[in-house]
Amino acid sequence: MTHLVCCVSAEEERRVRANDREYNEKFQYASNCIMTSKYNIITFLPVNLFEQFQEVANTYFLFLLILQLIPQISSLSWFTTIVPLALVLSITAVKDATDDYFRHKSDNQVNNRQSQVLIRGSLQNEKWMNVRVGDIIKLENNQFVAADLLLLSSTEPHGLCYIETAELDGETNMKVRQSVSVTSELGDPNNLASFDGEVVCEPPNNKLDRFSGTLYWREKKYSLTNQNMLLRGCVLRNTEACYGLVIFAGPDTKLMQNSGRTKFKRTSIDRLMNTLVLWIFGFLVCMGMILAVGNAGWEKEVGSLFQSYLAWDTPVNNFLFSAFLSFWSYVIILNTVVPISLYVSVEVIRLGHSYFINWDQQMFCSQCNTAAEARTTTLNEELGQVEYIFSDKTGTLTQNIMTFNKCSINGQSYGKDTHNTCRLDFSPFNPLADPDFCFYDDKLLESVKVGDSCTHEFFRLLSLCHTVMSEEKSEGELVYKAQSPDEGALVTAARNFGFVFRSRTPGTITTTEMGRTVTYSLLAILDFNNIRKRMSVIVRNPEGRIRLYCKGADTVLLERLHPCNQEVMSITSDHLNEYAADGLRTLALAYRDLSEDEWEAWSESHRFADKATDCREDRLAAAYEEVEQNMMLLGATAIEDKLQEGVPETIAILSLANIKIWVLTGDKQETAVNIGYSCKMLTDDMTEVFIISGHTVQSVRQELRRARERMIELSRGSGGGVGKQLHGSPLPPPLPLSNLMDNISGEFALVINGHSLAHALEADMEAEFVSTACACKAVICCRVTPLQKAQVVELIKKRKKAVTLAIGDGANDISMIKSAHIGVGISGQEGIQAVLASDYSFSQFRFLQRLLLVHGRWSYLRMCRFLCYFFYKNFAFTMVHFWFGFFCGFSAQTVYDQYFITLFNIVYTSLPVLAMGIFDQDVPDHRSLEYPKLYEPGQLNLLFNKREFFICIAQGIYTSVVLFFVPYAVLSNATQSNGVPLADYQTFAVTTATALVIVVSVQVVLDTGFWTVFNHVFVWGSLGSYFIIMFALHSQTLFRIFPNQFHFVGSAQSTLLQPVVWLTIALATAICIVPVLAFRFLKLDLKPQLSDTVRYTQLVRQKRRKPPEGRLGARGGSRRSGYAFAHQEGFGELITSGKNMRLSSLALASFASRHSSSWIDTLRRKKHTHTPPSGRQMTLKSIF
Amino acid sequence: MMASSYSAKDEDGHITVSGPGGGTLRNKKPENTAFKQQRLPAWQPILTAGTVLPAFFIIGLIFIPIGIGLYVTSNNIKEFEIDYTGDDTSSPCYNCAKNFSWNNTKSCTCTIPFQLDQPYESNVFMYYGLSNFYQNHRRYVKSRDDSQLNGNIDSLKKPSKECEPYASIDNKPIAPCGAIANSMFNDTLTLFYNDPNGTSVPIPLTSTGIAWWTDKHVKFRNPVGTNSNLTAVFQGTVKPVNWHRPVYELDTDPENNGFINEDFIVWMRTAALPTFRKLYRIIQKKNTMAPTLPRGNYTLVVDYNYPVRSFEGRKRMILSTISWMGGKNPFLGIAYITVGSVCFFLGVVLLVIHHKYGNRNNSANISN
Repeated sequence: MTHLVCCVSAEEERRVRANDREYNEKFQYASNCIMTSKYNIITFLPVNLFEQFQEVANTYFLFLLILQLIPQISSLSWFTTIVPLALVLSITAVKDATDDYFRHKSDNQVNNRQSQVLIRGSLQNEKWMNVRVGDIIKLENNQFVAADLLLLSSTEPHGLCYIETAELDGETNMKVRQSVSVTSELGDPNNLASFDGEVVCEPPNNKLDRFSGTLYWREKKYSLTNQNMLLRGCVLRNTEACYGLVIFAGPDTKLMQNSGRTKFKRTSIDRLMNTLVLWIFGFLVCMGMILAVGNAGWEKEVGSLFQSYLAWDTPVNNFLFSAFLSFWSYVIILNTVVPISLYVSVEVIRLGHSYFINWDQQMFCSQCNTAAEARTTTLNEELGQVEYIFSDKTGTLTQNIMTFNKCSINGQSYGKDTHNTCRLDFSPFNPLADPDFCFYDDKLLESVKVGDSCTHEFFRLLSLCHTVMSEEKSEGELVYKAQSPDEGALVTAARNFGFVFRSRTPGTITTTEMGRTVTYSLLAILDFNNIRKRMSVIVRNPEGRIRLYCKGADTVLLERLHPCNQEVMSITSDHLNEYAADGLRTLALAYRDLSEDEWEAWSESHRFADKATDCREDRLAAAYEEVEQNMMLLGATAIEDKLQEGVPETIAILSLANIKIWVLTGDKQETAVNIGYSCKMLTDDMTEVFIISGHTVQSVRQELRRARERMIELSRGSGGGVGKQLHGSPLPPPLPLSNLMDNISGEFALVINGHSLAHALEADMEAEFVSTACACKAVICCRVTPLQKAQVVELIKKRKKAVTLAIGDGANDISMIKSAHIGVGISGQEGIQAVLASDYSFSQFRFLQRLLLVHGRWSYLRMCRFLCYFFYKNFAFTMVHFWFGFFCGFSAQTVYDQYFITLFNIVYTSLPVLAMGIFDQDVPDHRSLEYPKLYEPGQLNLLFNKREFFICIAQGIYTSVVLFFVPYAVLSNATQSNGVPLADYQTFAVTTATALVIVVSVQVVLDTGFWTVFNHVFVWGSLGSYFIIMFALHSQTLFRIFPNQFHFVGSAQSTLLQPVVWLTIALATAICIVPVLAFRFLKLDLKPQLSDTVRYTQLVRQKRRKPPEGRLGARGGSRRSGYAFAHQEGFGELITSGKNMRLSSLALASFASRHSSSWIDTLRRKKHTHTPPSGRQMTLKSIF
Repeated sequence: MMASSYSAKDEDGHITVSGPGGGTLRNKKPENTAFKQQRLPAWQPILTAGTVLPAFFIIGLIFIPIGIGLYVTSNNIKEFEIDYTGDDTSSPCYNCAKNFSWNNTKSCTCTIPFQLDQPYESNVFMYYGLSNFYQNHRRYVKSRDDSQLNGNIDSLKKPSKECEPYASIDNKPIAPCGAIANSMFNDTLTLFYNDPNGTSVPIPLTSTGIAWWTDKHVKFRNPVGTNSNLTAVFQGTVKPVNWHRPVYELDTDPENNGFINEDFIVWMRTAALPTFRKLYRIIQKKNTMAPTLPRGNYTLVVDYNYPVRSFEGRKRMILSTISWMGGKNPFLGIAYITVGSVCFFLGVVLLVIHHKYGNRNNSANISN
């Protein structure tokens, strides 16, 4: 890596001369050997330990260990710290070592792949790692590209070759690369061996889609672009062989340059935990100080007098020094309030939860054979706290399967409506038709058959103007490989209507038009990009006529039409609006005839722009702009973007769980809004839907303000309560805005346009925007850029301090996925970039409800219970030393045996709480989907927060008081039944330790709500192991071997045989547990949480042996996503009337009632009051 | 930023997505096992009134009788305690305590008369008690060498560092080393029964059977040298500074001498708290007819060797009978009765609360 950095900083441009290793060696470019592993056998131990000790916790324990080596301070033996520390370090080291071993293995495997390198005129096999910059290598079909290559020549005509870039950017479609024409002629190795061109290009960078360089050969300059490059990670397809010149090797390749470390995300529980650990350290220091002061006092008042029996240690000469040492001694023995096992246990629990996510069958998609995957194991409990979901639309809410649904040709609209519902059969008309294609309007087919010229030209455009690659395995068996599914759908439509795209070369396109093969010469492709939002081709038909065909977004295309199109344009616009209202994706199509002169002139300017070295892209854009003018409108297409399965249900449930869903999409407003309706984000029950589409700062601000005023007004009018309560005075108070907005009742939605969003995200307006948007149940941002997506997420993170989740599937969602607390990638059609950047991935949006409401909720619950218990346990364990301090002259004497201290956290009490942290469930999974409200405690952070922490701590301290003072009171005067006093130190230690283990075990028994076989084994096993290990450690055998290590010989036996000891333990346990039991019962009885109630009804139901009710999960499968929503009119009407959509909400209601009587109704009618809904009461019998 | 976290594995074609043209056909469907699907059969206990309230009553009903039993037993135990520190001018030991000096070789004796109001049946246990004596101080507790006490010859010659500064004098090892041994209690207590007819009868005190079995037989052993004579075995070591006699002269009985002297063993079992008592002697019951200690007047004769005034300590002599549960211990009984009653009371309170408020809430909240 250091090597890489120096190269990047030093290298301003790269010079590579082909076939000249000596020349290239001067620059010391990186070799093609990659190393992703971190260690080797020798460096492993030091490097790994060094890394591990960079963790604050580990360093802290090391520090403690060093303190313990000082005899005057050491209050514990060295092994009490070193055993847990060694355990933790070695677990981590083993994990790191295995990870690294696999990295080594895969590095070796990759580095040792064979490639054919042209050395001194002949092809030789070389390992990948021996390939040097400047070498020429030969690639064969289906081989991986070994380094970033400049394509020199290929076996295909025109130096073309095809590559698959799935590994690199995740796109599964094939791409075309072409060599510079001069080198493509150097066909065979002999010619290539004498090739001595020199490439001057940009230094290594991580931009996958850009490359600029120049080839100098035989005194000539040739410009190089990304089109000439084969990047490492790609696979050569459909090409017999090709030759390439290595430009970037190994770590300099774009693939490796992109493999930056992902930003480490932390959960809010993590942050809270760190704060709490700091507080505990503070607390520890305070206790140490108190005890040190006590020590000073004691040594002064008592210790100095007691010296005849107990002299001070050698360096100690006064009580202050003694107090100073005592402080450190107490820091050592009290350090178990923050046990080292905390962090490890948390990691183990999270790992377990991640596996449960990976193993969940109900998040497995059988169509695409993809299981859900937790790609990070550190965020699970945050899934139970999500408040905002930011969702992409395409591919996430929708399937990203495009079907050609409607079209408008020359002012005539075709497509499915109420009259024609039978599917057209194309096969008699067209043998090349795709059998999977569906279309319902026979008028269009008629129009094609009668030879309407506009219709023909429409489909001709669709068959020519695209970048699809075709593959014809056998005659007539066409497979299209398209960049985007829209394009595929359009070309397939043209194919079915008789304009079959057959094949293409760089210069020609061959089609079969109405059965006749036609070859067009392709003069230019004016490619699509996000700014142009259109693409064009210029073709010459066999008759020699030159025509430009253009398709693009209506907004850009309609501006560039010839004035004579006015009439068609207005009709087509209406159609476009109609299509958009149906949630369809639209494109407008147009053409322009070019005369030979015009073509020549433009071609010249285009070539000039193409050759330009600076601002080449701008110049090209200008050239394109020049020719895409005065076009004739042909019509428009409408493509249906199908909703994914179960999307409306998922959204309904998530919003019932109080999760706010924001859709951020690049689509236009109408499409986005309608998808919003079809997936039930927007409903006609909503009080109002606000649309912000202002173009200026002022208008946006005004629109936002108006929306807010309206909300306040409406909520005051309808909800009543809130407004009146807040503002009893007649004057409407101007401030505080945020308070007011927090109490908005009523359901609102906000739709905001990308350009308005840009203003709304500015620093001075973001507060207003957030307060307005967050008062809404649903927010849709349309026409947003990837950057804006991330900005919106950041804004909510910053302003609302809420947990955000971003879900998306495409490269444009990466920024959003990375900036949200949790990123979810849909592994779908658009490749795996989003998945690679995500923390969780699965293939269906509907799995989100299970991820959040089931796994997230459980994780959160388990983690909270774990932490509460863990802190409780360690305070109960450690604070006993504090109380003992007052009775042992503050001398840092421990209460327990040292072995007990060593093993308490790692053996005696670790597994039961781990089992609870991994397996606990309060309610079964289908219940948490049935009652989405169960999710709320997580969002409000109720289960583990500072208050809960203090309660746990208080309970722990209370327990420690009981555990110390009950044995103190009982044993101080007690004797064994043979007269020997019980108040000796060892008996006291064993009694307290046993009581402690029993009390914390009883507590974990109380805390565990779900007793699997593991819980039983661990709880009883831990208790058993305590007694077994104790008897072993106190046995005569061990004592005989190490008399100086096992002082407690015989204590266990002698102590535990005494009935008084057991009576003491029982008493202490009762005093510790009874109040807890009483409090829990009172809480449950008087203020039950929803989960308690659900749990209780579950119990009642089980007792009645009722058959379980059907599950709610959207796995029925039969239900088609409610896409055919009723509203067909324009957008404005749709919102105001609200009639049309009643059907959809009815559908939801009936869906709900089918499953469980009427919970959804009840929850839908949820008001902010606590009046129980009439007519429906859960009939719960009295307990007795 | 496209590919975010590169591993060479990704380059191998093992992509997680099985898109067209790529990916394996292996079915990745997770196994349908109860464990992996989190459907393990489980017992799900719930705190309901039906379980919690009976629990309270049961705890109450168990604890109260036990408490009463303990209290009665404890009350039947007779205990007599006498403080002979000699702080008070009126105390017979005042002179001994006042004039104490470490250099005194001759012990000072004081006589304390006392009276037992009740006869002591069965075996009577005699304890000495110390107050304000920090046997549980960390430096004190660790200041011993268990290896030496277990008869290890090497440790005898070279005591562990833990014993410092009581490990050696003039390069001669101390046996037994350490602060605990050094501060061994060395008052001698003897009891006399003042017969009504005026004679003073010494009461036989048994000095064995007062230590833990494991201590006597496992933990403490005399070093076994070539010579069976203890004096020879301890050759080359010196006695602890505060001791009057070396360790091999603690008793005449060879089974109770050296490290296995039970007084020594008892002392070495450090107390947990600064006020403690240790078993000193047992007064065995001799005949079945007469009480072991009939009521009457007694005299306690103390050889005052052990100074405690310097650190405001107290010394006591305690006589006690015992029962199955040990000595007098009123706290345990009272605590049991209290906890039992509190549980019972809590049960009643919770029952009332539950009946008044509980039910209604429980059923209404499901729809909230």
